[in-house]
Amino acid sequence: MCSVCGCSDGETRIEGKAVSHSHDHKHEHGHEHGHEHGHDHHHGHGHDHHHHDHGDHHHHDDGTHHYGQGEAGVAVAGMSQNRLVQIEMDILAKNNAYANGNRAHFEDHGILALNLVSSPGSGKTTLLCKTIEMLKDRFPIAVIEGDQQTAADADRIRATGAPAIQINTGKGCHLDGHMVGHALEDLAPQDGSVLFIENVGNLVCPAAFDLGEYAKVAVLSVTEGEDKPLKYPDMFAAAGLVIFNKTDLLPHLDFDMDAALANARKINPGVKILKVSARTGEGMAAWLAWIEAARAMQIAGNEKLAEKA
Amino acid sequence: MHEMAICESIRSALEEQAQVQDFSTVDVVRLEIGPLSGVEIEALKFGFDVVMRGSLAEKARLEIIETEAKAWCMMCAETVPIAQRFDPCPKCNSHQLQVTAGNEMRIKELEVN
Repeated sequence: MCSVCGCSDGETRIEGKAVSHSHDHKHEHGHEHGHEHGHDHHHGHGHDHHHHDHGDHHHHDDGTHHYGQGEAGVAVAGMSQNRLVQIEMDILAKNNAYANGNRAHFEDHGILALNLVSSPGSGKTTLLCKTIEMLKDRFPIAVIEGDQQTAADADRIRATGAPAIQINTGKGCHLDGHMVGHALEDLAPQDGSVLFIENVGNLVCPAAFDLGEYAKVAVLSVTEGEDKPLKYPDMFAAAGLVIFNKTDLLPHLDFDMDAALANARKINPGVKILKVSARTGEGMAAWLAWIEAARAMQIAGNEKLAEKA
Repeated sequence: MHEMAICESIRSALEEQAQVQDFSTVDVVRLEIGPLSGVEIEALKFGFDVVMRGSLAEKARLEIIETEAKAWCMMCAETVPIAQRFDPCPKCNSHQLQVTAGNEMRIKELEVN
């Protein structure tokens, strides 16, 4: 039973109910454990008490307080057993492992995966719909759509005839390697296809999360201003291709294209930049040519598919 | 940016390491964070306390070693210090720089019990 709020057996097992208690418990929890840790009461007390009274948010405590504690903890009560563990691991190692799994899958199947990143409203989905219409007779195309909520974008893609799967990230600000891995299982893109992954509209977070893609394609609409690459340098540094979209609006804007190009190259000197209007079709040929070239590279690395091509 | 997701990655790494390296509580988590990693250190500290609550690192102190950003200048053919991604070479003013250090986002070491 909890000594702060007195909640008893049963009730707090229900996840919903546990929420209102969780703060009290956690505060109290930490203090008690901390003090008692070195003493020999620790096991019986901590374990029984919490295990029966509370929902699953305490399981970590139970589990972790047990590991390696055992009798040694009792024998040297009160003494610090601090030791230094050098781990030298990348914080995102887990995501990177999932991404590498995806990448291996893409290579085995000659799939060109492109991760489209941009701020919301840059015209990624319109660009994709247009691209699919122009390429769908040449090779198979599949799409993974990432948004916080709604399947609206996946519906727009499916209307073009390409298979699409929607990932809703809920509160999440980016897609990660694990989500994409699961989406791949359901979507199962054909060998030699082009897979577009439309990331959550966000120029910050998706930069850090590798999905296993061949390249990140950063889409910037000219209405956003020429200083975007400087304001969001991480994304433009991570991009393998930058597309300036909605160029049909240029006559109506004060957008300085030369400054925009210079800014993007300050961040990423070698990056390829294309100017496109998905609405009028201007510049689309260069974008399609880039996709075909990248697909050829991906297939060239795949012995099985390269022979057929 | 996504500091909460980063803290969750740290927590799951600690939980895995606890089994591999046989420890039960973490007193200090020492990270190496580069100025170009995109991590906002104040947000990370806030997220750390929230995410570690109820875990083996509930009372852990977070220590951050801030590394320096460096780049290879293609014009000077040498490594130069930079502060931000779009900084020019401090010697020749060129933007032909290849970032070589500053993206670090690593768990360097732990003090454990």
